[in-house]
Amino acid sequence: MSILPDGRYIDDAPYDPDEEALQLDHPELDAPSWVLIWRRFKKHKLGLISGVFLLLSYLMLPFAGFIAPYTAKERDANHLYAPPQSISFMHEGKFVGPHVYKTIAAADLENFRWTYQQDESKPVPLEFFCAGGEYRLFGLFKTDRHLFCAPGDATIFLFGSDRLGRDVFSRILYGAQLSLTVGLIGICVSFFLGVGFGSLSGYFGGRIDWTIQRLIEILRSLPELPLWLALSAAVPSHWGPVAVFFMISFILGLLDWPGLARAVRSKFLSLREEDYVQAAEMMGATPSRIITRHMLPNFSSHLIASAMLSIPAMILGETALSFLGLGLRAPAVSWGVMLNDAQNLAAIEIYPWTAIPMIPIILVVLAFNFLGDGLRDSLDPYQT
Amino acid sequence: MQSLLSVKDLSIGFGKNEPTVDQVSFTVNAGETLALVGESGSGKTLSCRAILRILPSSAQIRSGQIVLNCRGNDIDLANLSERKLRGIRGDRVSMIFQEPMRSLSPLHRIGDQVSEVLKLHRDCSASDAKRQVLAEFEYVGLNDPERIYRAYPFELSGGMQQRAMIAMATVAKPELLIADEPTTALDMTTQAQVLGLLKNLQAESGMALILVTHDLGVVANMADQVVVMNKGRVMESGSADLVLGSPAHPYTKKLFTAAPVIPEFAQPAVQTEAADIILSLREVSKTYGSIQAVNGISLNVPRGKVMAIVGESGSGKSTCARIALGAESADPGGHVFFRESPEADAIDIQSLNPVQRCDFQRKAQMVFQDPHSSLSPRMQIVDALTEPLDIHSIGTAAERRDRAIELLEQVGLDPSMLRRYPHAFSGGQRQRLSIARALALRPLLLVCDEPTSALDVSVQAQILDLLEDIRDRLQLSYLFISHDLAVVARIADEVAVMRRGRIVEQAPPELLLANPRHPYTQALIAAHPEPDIHRPIDLDTVARGAGEPDTWPDAFRYTDGAAPPLKKYEANHLVRTHA
Repeated sequence: MSILPDGRYIDDAPYDPDEEALQLDHPELDAPSWVLIWRRFKKHKLGLISGVFLLLSYLMLPFAGFIAPYTAKERDANHLYAPPQSISFMHEGKFVGPHVYKTIAAADLENFRWTYQQDESKPVPLEFFCAGGEYRLFGLFKTDRHLFCAPGDATIFLFGSDRLGRDVFSRILYGAQLSLTVGLIGICVSFFLGVGFGSLSGYFGGRIDWTIQRLIEILRSLPELPLWLALSAAVPSHWGPVAVFFMISFILGLLDWPGLARAVRSKFLSLREEDYVQAAEMMGATPSRIITRHMLPNFSSHLIASAMLSIPAMILGETALSFLGLGLRAPAVSWGVMLNDAQNLAAIEIYPWTAIPMIPIILVVLAFNFLGDGLRDSLDPYQT
Repeated sequence: MQSLLSVKDLSIGFGKNEPTVDQVSFTVNAGETLALVGESGSGKTLSCRAILRILPSSAQIRSGQIVLNCRGNDIDLANLSERKLRGIRGDRVSMIFQEPMRSLSPLHRIGDQVSEVLKLHRDCSASDAKRQVLAEFEYVGLNDPERIYRAYPFELSGGMQQRAMIAMATVAKPELLIADEPTTALDMTTQAQVLGLLKNLQAESGMALILVTHDLGVVANMADQVVVMNKGRVMESGSADLVLGSPAHPYTKKLFTAAPVIPEFAQPAVQTEAADIILSLREVSKTYGSIQAVNGISLNVPRGKVMAIVGESGSGKSTCARIALGAESADPGGHVFFRESPEADAIDIQSLNPVQRCDFQRKAQMVFQDPHSSLSPRMQIVDALTEPLDIHSIGTAAERRDRAIELLEQVGLDPSMLRRYPHAFSGGQRQRLSIARALALRPLLLVCDEPTSALDVSVQAQILDLLEDIRDRLQLSYLFISHDLAVVARIADEVAVMRRGRIVEQAPPELLLANPRHPYTQALIAAHPEPDIHRPIDLDTVARGAGEPDTWPDAFRYTDGAAPPLKKYEANHLVRTHA
């Protein structure tokens, strides 16, 4: 720093007027945008944790049968409505490894229900990689190995058992196979319709746009639940559980696309105004090239985020339908079907654990929301 | 003498990064104007916002003092409680921003917004507040204050909105007004008038003014003291006549050499009529609904020359550019002829079949205004540069790549940049890339739509150099659109001045600048702020020509929308006049 004789201040740090030209201005932004998005997403802790949780949940699906100590349909007639059991490690101050205690059922003739007493005198150590009910690993290989089970006539009902004496924990794992995938199938249908109609509407505009927008408004104005009910009621009752499952996902997707179509359309309209799209147009690029090379890459990440945010609606939709008895039906196992058992207040009051399937629903829906939020926040990596 | 505001060693940083504003000091005396000058990223806006502590949430003041002398008491604004600071904001120190449309609430009437300041800081009744606000409106040059009081922001033009903002900032008679690029979003003639208004207000009320700007011309017209900033540091500061008269720091010198100046032509050069026309617009009009954006424009772009269209926002100049490239069709009756070579037949761009259109697109390309939006953020430079070749299936992959390298060298960039992404580049570099892409198909004609107006001054000059250079090397012809006469004076061979969809005057720049005949042209020239304190803006000339066409002097006035004809004043010089 120096002060000139005429009273002005001059910075005397070295300065080169010609330095700029070949330097990168923002070297940190020199990367494909997915790298930039990932860098930003990493800072969104809640989104990251949710992402890992969801990833693990989905990876678990093919192994659900292995992790679950029982199969979905295995009944224990001696343990109807058995309360949750816990796994302990210490017995009378001594370490004996993971074990449970045997439960003994006694009939309470006054209230006409079973009461369960734990026999705490003798620990029953858990067995690992043990033989149990038969299931198909990855839905393909028949096997009877389970990660853990209780030996002999001891039971391991981590979340209790239901009306028919089936293990709630195992059924939650099996239910996840349907409940988590119904969202994905639904979202594929809705994605396909939404992107299709949205881009038609956004790119061509005019009459096509008008028609599609009015269609969306009509669809949106229909009360959702009765419509679901009507459509599900139309599914023939003699169809097998898998066919019903596909139909339900399809119906959910069919009704969910308007939101996505609108997002796509508005993104299309704003991207059309970007100079690089105009430049491509003036270079003579065809509409399909402009859409696929310039527009889609620039909003694919928005699409993924909005898909993430609409999966929860699908999952909740399935749950609601099944809860009302109009979605998946027994013998299919889904979280909604399980909650169907918890429909009456008396059951929840006396056997609160039958409502436990709510917990995974809440967790998964929250996780998808956090993940979607995190993605949305990191979508525009060029903003500072 | 005790100064009104003194900022000492102010440092501001984002997160854990290096400070963005580093050890900045300046003082403002009562009644004086201090100009903070710098290019984008210089930290000038952050420094002035720090005074009222309205910084982005992730920025913190790391060190420094901001002392406001308030009726003999020194208050350190950097450490004042939020509640006490609210008492200062709008009352003692107020601020106006760049975008008037965004700083006025669209849902509230102008009058209510302006009188809110009085309700907050002065304990006065509603009728009293209204009386004061109306007086202030009158004062800032808003005619019919009663109507403005009831109006919503969208009913006013940009210039009027900015006047309303100024009224809001000054109605409580603050001691210091901070104006952050107050005229950058405005047209040249409006800018001149708003600057004149600020100057008058200051002279009469004796408030101090901090003017943040990138434009040395604005500084020369307004400032008593100047602080030149670059990359968060003060490069030079001192009184305006010293800093502007004999800049000492190399950065200040660089800014001065780059500043656009309207040259003073002594001898209008006589030009011969060019015969070889590459692009010709004939009686082109364009109507959008009930708005006539372009009205009977006829223009010729001679081969190898630069034809410029100058006008303010809404003059229809960009529509002309799009019509010239066939991106938009003109109303029936208008024609756009393109002649590939002097021997070839002219083709009408309005009626091309797809094959001809594809062919034409290889010959004529566009350079866009905003370098930040003209390159797809997901494409590497090499993909962006080879895309035009890919579209027209020219060459093999290796040949395209070689062409991309050649293009980069042509625009003065390094081939090592091929694999980079556009967001890593500065505005100037991106504009070079965008020019390189336009050159990929070896066009004959470039339409440049305000190619320099989104850039910093020092970069502006470089891009103009580049455009001149490639014009000569590749024998290109330009249709050059700009709002800035100084830019146009430098590059153009002929200039058409547009106002409200019509050409009002057309001549080579030497003739036009030495002897402007039309009041609007005169106003545009007079409104251009020169970076020279001895050439202040001539507000009377601006006022005479800047208004609507039906307020122009008799000889030029439009009556009932009917314009006088475009007449030949002298060889090569057309003026729209009755005389």
